[in-house]
Amino acid sequence: MATNGDRSPDSLRWVEPHHKARLDREFSELYRSHLRDVYSYAYYRVGNHHDAEDLTEQTFLQAYRHFDRAQAESHGRPLRPWLIRIAHNLAANLYRDRSRRPQTPIDDSTVLSAMHTTEDLVEGRDELARIIAGIKHLPEERREALIMRFALGMDNREIARALGKTDGATKVLLHRAIKQLEEIVTVP
Amino acid sequence: MNEIAHSDFERMLRLALAPVDPPDDLKTRLELTLQELTDAAVDELESWELRAMRDPRNWVRPVMATAVGATAGTALVILRVRAHQKKRAAASRNPLDLAQRTMRAAASEARKLVRRG
Repeated sequence: MATNGDRSPDSLRWVEPHHKARLDREFSELYRSHLRDVYSYAYYRVGNHHDAEDLTEQTFLQAYRHFDRAQAESHGRPLRPWLIRIAHNLAANLYRDRSRRPQTPIDDSTVLSAMHTTEDLVEGRDELARIIAGIKHLPEERREALIMRFALGMDNREIARALGKTDGATKVLLHRAIKQLEEIVTVP
Repeated sequence: MNEIAHSDFERMLRLALAPVDPPDDLKTRLELTLQELTDAAVDELESWELRAMRDPRNWVRPVMATAVGATAGTALVILRVRAHQKKRAAASRNPLDLAQRTMRAAASEARKLVRRG
């Protein structure tokens, strides 16, 4: 008859180790699936590998602490926007603490060398350099939206959740970001 | 940039913001840290449970769980005895005989549950 007691909320603590093991397993999957996303976001956000590594590490440590609650509140939705939002908040804290902008927001040579060497790339190298330079001049929120869309491949809904905006506002934000960047790149 | 159509511009943007692979040493460091955290959490939980069980105030929950189990068991015996009450009523000669048959059925059901538990 002990099984009847096991189902009561009070006795949940007695199955806690199993719950914890499951959470750890699921967190490992989340980590493996999104390490590259978080690192890419961090890199394009802070502009250098050293700070990007710190930011990625802090993001996953904070995510680990709050994973149980986030999972319970996600209602089965993907947790990538939640992870990116943590990275976004930590990056904002980093800038606030240092009270300065990164000296080199995006390291052009590293980014270019990290890309695939296709004929298209060789042909469009000048355009790419102009785009990368242009991204630096965008307002922070627009730059973030572009990073999420093009570096991480997030859709409007995911970006909206990560930035705490509505889907409609995110669509407008992305449209304006691309338009502004096109204008920046077009100016001779 | 006029020569680059809108879709081409987005394609170039995708190339410009290509995903960046994390360095191997970051992966190793993070995995070690997370493993340590997991181990520490399990150790902490186990020691917390042991500490909790040494404190008599924490014995209330297991006792309550047992009590709930016992109550549920009693309810189950009553349900099973009631299920065959009509048959016993039909077979009994008088109210005293029915009461004795019901008592014996209840004792039998309780013994079955104890054996299964």
